[in-house]
Amino acid sequence: MGRVLLYAFLLLMAGFFLLPVYLVILTALKEPAKITLETVWQWPHPPYWESFRTAWEAFRPKFQNSVVLATSATLLSALVGSLNGYVLAKWPFRGSGLLFALILFGMFIPYQSILIPLFQFMKSIGLYGNLFGLVLVHVIYGIPIVTLIFRNYYSEIPDELVEAARIDGAGFFGIFRHVILPLSVPAFVVVAIWQFTQIWNEFLFAVTLTRPESQPITVALAQLAGGEAVKWNLPMAGAILAALPTLLVYIFLGRYFLRGLLAGSVKG
Amino acid sequence: MRKWLLAIGVVLGLSALAQGGKLEIFSWWAGDEGPALEALIRLYKQKYPGVEVINGTVTGGAGVNARAVLKTRMLGGDPPDTFQVHAGMELIGTWVVANRMEDLTPLFRQEGWLQVFPKGLIDLISYKGGIWSVPVNIHRSNVMWYIPARLRAWGVTPPRTWAEFLATCEALKRKGVQAPLALGENWTQQHLWESVALATLGPDGWNNLWRGKLKFTDPKAVAVWDTFGKVLSCANPDASGLSWQQAVDRVVQGQAAFNIMGDWAAGYMATTLKLKPGTDFAWAPSPGTQGVFMMLSDSFGLPKGAKNRQNALNWLRLVGSKEGQDTFNPLKGSIAARLDSDPSKYNAYGQSAMKDWRSNRIVGSLVHGAVAPESFMSQFGTVMEIFLQTKNPQAAANAAQAIADQVGLGR
Amino acid sequence: MRDRITAFLVLLPSLLAIGIFVYGFIGQNLWVSLTDWGKDPAQALALRPELRFVGLENYRELFTGFVDVRFRQSVVNLIFFTLFFMAGSLGLGLLLALAVDRAPKGEGFFRTVFLFPMALSFVVTGTIWRWMLQPQGGVNVLPTLFGLPPLSFPWLATREQVLVFDWNHLPFYTALAVALVLLYVAHAAYREGERRRFLWALFSAGVLLLWAFTLGRGLKLLPYPETHGFSLALVGVILAAIWQMAGYTMALYLAGLRGIPVEVLEAARVDGASEWQLFRRVIFPMLAPITLSAMIVLGHIALKIFDLIFAMAGLDYAPTDVPAIYMYLLAFRGNQFAKGAAIGILLLLLVAVVVIPYLASQLRKEVRR
Repeated sequence: MGRVLLYAFLLLMAGFFLLPVYLVILTALKEPAKITLETVWQWPHPPYWESFRTAWEAFRPKFQNSVVLATSATLLSALVGSLNGYVLAKWPFRGSGLLFALILFGMFIPYQSILIPLFQFMKSIGLYGNLFGLVLVHVIYGIPIVTLIFRNYYSEIPDELVEAARIDGAGFFGIFRHVILPLSVPAFVVVAIWQFTQIWNEFLFAVTLTRPESQPITVALAQLAGGEAVKWNLPMAGAILAALPTLLVYIFLGRYFLRGLLAGSVKG
Repeated sequence: MRKWLLAIGVVLGLSALAQGGKLEIFSWWAGDEGPALEALIRLYKQKYPGVEVINGTVTGGAGVNARAVLKTRMLGGDPPDTFQVHAGMELIGTWVVANRMEDLTPLFRQEGWLQVFPKGLIDLISYKGGIWSVPVNIHRSNVMWYIPARLRAWGVTPPRTWAEFLATCEALKRKGVQAPLALGENWTQQHLWESVALATLGPDGWNNLWRGKLKFTDPKAVAVWDTFGKVLSCANPDASGLSWQQAVDRVVQGQAAFNIMGDWAAGYMATTLKLKPGTDFAWAPSPGTQGVFMMLSDSFGLPKGAKNRQNALNWLRLVGSKEGQDTFNPLKGSIAARLDSDPSKYNAYGQSAMKDWRSNRIVGSLVHGAVAPESFMSQFGTVMEIFLQTKNPQAAANAAQAIADQVGLGR
Repeated sequence: MRDRITAFLVLLPSLLAIGIFVYGFIGQNLWVSLTDWGKDPAQALALRPELRFVGLENYRELFTGFVDVRFRQSVVNLIFFTLFFMAGSLGLGLLLALAVDRAPKGEGFFRTVFLFPMALSFVVTGTIWRWMLQPQGGVNVLPTLFGLPPLSFPWLATREQVLVFDWNHLPFYTALAVALVLLYVAHAAYREGERRRFLWALFSAGVLLLWAFTLGRGLKLLPYPETHGFSLALVGVILAAIWQMAGYTMALYLAGLRGIPVEVLEAARVDGASEWQLFRRVIFPMLAPITLSAMIVLGHIALKIFDLIFAMAGLDYAPTDVPAIYMYLLAFRGNQFAKGAAIGILLLLLVAVVVIPYLASQLRKEVRR
C-alpha cells in the first residue's frame, strides 16, 4: 500500500517535471499555422522539422557567441580560481581569512547594485559591447565561487605533502605544478561545469553589455519570445537549442554537476 | 597579440573605407516588417555597390528592445551610423535635447524636402530651429477594424461615437459576444486610450495636453479616463496575455467585433492572414475621431559621431526619396510621408489612408513617440497601472499630471 | 619568505578586481543614487552628464513619492514571491527527497528528472512556462484531454490582488514582523539558557511592540491610502521558479538524509520510536542546517530574480514587477539612472541583511574548527 502511494506520488511529480518538456518538443514540431491554443496538446502529424532549421539559422551566430563566451570565461576563471584557492589554502597570511570573506561577499551581491557603474566602466575602457568585455565580467564576478570551491578542495590536501615538497626545495609554483595540480582534476571538473552552466545561462550582464552581434543565446531567445508576430514553434525550438549544451553537461556529467551545486550552497 | 589584431583590424577597416566602407542601419523591423527594410537596403546597394550594409535589427516588443539596446550603445559612445526612431518627441526629447544628433536642415534644403513633406509633419520633427530626422513612412493610430460580414450577421453597424460604441457593445453582449472589443497587452491598452482621449478632447484639446496648456487634472481630461473605463468593460479580461496580432485574430475569428489598432493591422490581415482589404475586413476612424489623422512615423536620424557619416547621409537621401518611400511602404503596409507618392502602388487600405493623410487634420500619437518625450511615455505605463488597479479616473489623472510636471511637459 | 610574497602577488589581481568591480562599483553606485542623474532629459543621455548631489531624495521618492507607486508594489511582490517560492521549493524538495530516498527502484531516474531543470537557464524556463500558462491554452486546457472542463484561472494575465493592505501601515507591519523574530530569538535564548540574550531580545521586542501600537499606527507615509497586495499573476511565476529549483533542494536534502548514520536510525527504531517520532526527533533536526543553507541560497535567488520574469512577462507588466525588473526599466528605458541606482542599493541592503550574518557565522564556525 505504502509502496503504491510512494510510486504514485513519484510518477505524478515526474509528470509535473516532464510536462513542460513534452509541450516544448510538441510545439517545436508543429507547423506555425497549426498552432492554436485549443489543440495545444495534440501531437503533430507529420512533425514539422523546419522549425529547428529556421531556429538554428536565426540562432547560430548567437549560439556561437555563447560557446566562445562560456568556454573562454570558464577556462580563465578555473585558472584564476585554482591559483587563488591554492594561495588561500596553503599560503595563508595575516588577514587572508578576512580577505577571503570579502571576496566571498562578491558572490551574493545583486548585480543590479553595480550595473550602472559597471556599464560606465566597460564603456570607458572600450570593452563595452563586445564578447571580450563580457568574458572579463564573467571571470571577475566568478572569482568568489571558483575561489571558494578550490580553496575548500585544497584544504583537504594534507599540508605534509606541501611541506615535503618544500623540503625538497620546490618553490611556490613548483609545488603548485607538481603537487597540487595533479591532484586537482576533480575540482577543475566541478568548477568547469558550474561556471559553464552559469555563464551559458546568464542573462542580466548579457542583455546590458552586448551589442546584437555579440549577444549570447539567452538574450536572443528572450527577445524572440517577447517579440511580436512570432509563432510559438520558433521560441520553443530556440529554447531547446539554448538548453541543449547545459542539458548535455548535466546528463553526462551529472555527478560533478551535483557537486558544483552543493559547493554553490556555501557549505563552509 | 590582441593589440596586433586590433591594429590589423584598423588597417583593414581603413582600406575598406576607401572602397566604400560600411553602413550600419539600426532598426526593429523584423518578421513581417523585415522584407520592406530589405527591399530598401537592396535599393541602397544598387546605388552604392561598394558599401557593406550591416542590418542591425533588434527584434521584440514593438521596438522596446531595440530602444534599450540603442540607449546602451549611445551611452557607450558607440552610435550606429543611423537608427530608426519614431519621429517627433521620442527623438527630440531623448536625443536632440542631449545634443547627440546632427541637424538635418541642410539635407532637407538640398533635397527640396521642405516642399514635399506636409508642414504638420515638418513641425513635428523640428526643434529649436533644426530638423532632426527623415520620416520614411506614416502609420495611422486611430483606426477601428472589423469584419463586415460578421457585423451584418450580428445586425450592428460600426459606431461613430464612443456613446454609440458602448450601446453597440451592450447589444452585442446580449447576442452572446462576451467581449465585443478585442484588446491585447500593455501598450495596446495605452493605444486604445489615445483614441478615446482624441475623441473626448478633440484635436485642439489633444494638442494642448502635450503643450502643457491643458492639465490632465482638468475635468475634460479626467472625463477621458471615465469613458476609457467604460470602454474597457467591453474588452476581454485576458487582454494582458495577448499580443496585438492575437487581439486582431479574435476579431477575425468572430470572438470579438472590433479592435482599435494602428494600421499595421491592415498589413497583418492582408499579408499574413490573406484577407482582402475592404471586403474581408474593413475599417473606420476610431469612434469620435472622424476627420482627424493621428499619425506616427518611423524616421531615421544621424547621430553625432557616426563612423560612416557619408554613407549614412546617402541612406537618409534614399529614405526620403520618392523611389525609396514607394519601395518601402507598400511592403510595410504604411503610406509614404511624402505628398507626391504613387497611389497605384498601394492596396485599397493604403489608398484610403493616403486620401485621409492629404485631407485630414493631423495630430501626433502619444504611444508611438510623436507628442511626448520618452521620459513621460515610459512612466505613462504607471498611470495606466494606477487606473487599471484602482479604476479611479481622478487618481490616474493626478498621477499623469505629476509626471507631466516632473518631466516638464510642453516646456 | 619569497614564496609568501609570490603567494600574495598571485592573489593580488583578484583582490584588485573584486575591490574595483564589487566594492568600488557599489560605492560609485551609491554616489549615483544620491544625484539627480536622469531628472533633466538634456543631461540624462548627454555624453558627459553633469550630476547634482540631491541627498536621499531618490530614496524618499521611491517610498513616498506619488508616481513611484509601481516601485512599492514591486517590493510587495518581491516579499510575497520570496516567501512562497522558498516555502514551495523547500517543501516540495523535502517531499521529493524523502520519496526518492525510500524508492527501492528507479531512484536514479527520478533524481535525474527532478533535478534537470536546474541545468536550464531561467530564460529558457520562462519562455517555456509563458507558453504553458497561456490563459486559453497550455495547462488550462489540459483537463479537456480527460473530458473535463478547462481551467479558467488566467495565470499571468490576472490583475487580482489578495492580502491587500494600506502602504501607510507598512511601518506597523514591519515592526510587528521584527518583534515576532525578536520574540523567537528570546524563546531560543531562553531554552539555551542564555539569560542576557533572552532579556535583551525580550526587551527590544517589547519596545518595538509598544511603539508599533502607539506611534506606529498613526505614522503616515503618504497623505492618502494606497493599497498593495499579493498579485495573483505571480502564482505562475512562483510555479515556474519552484519547477526549476525544487530539484536543487531535493539534492541538498538527499545528501543530508544519506549523511544520517544508519545506526542512529536503527537505535531509535529499537527504542520503539514511531515513524513520525523518527522524523520529529531524529531526521528533521539533522536536516536543519541544510534547510538553513537552502533558505539562504533560495532567498538570495529570489531577491535577485530578474531573467525569469523578463522572459515570462516582459519588463512592462506591473502585476509581476519586482525591484530588479523595475530598476532595469527605470534606468535603461526611462533614463532615470539615479533612481535606478537607488533601487540597486536597496536590493543590496536587502541581500546583505540575509547574507552577512550567515557568512559571518560560517566563518566563525570555521575559525573554531
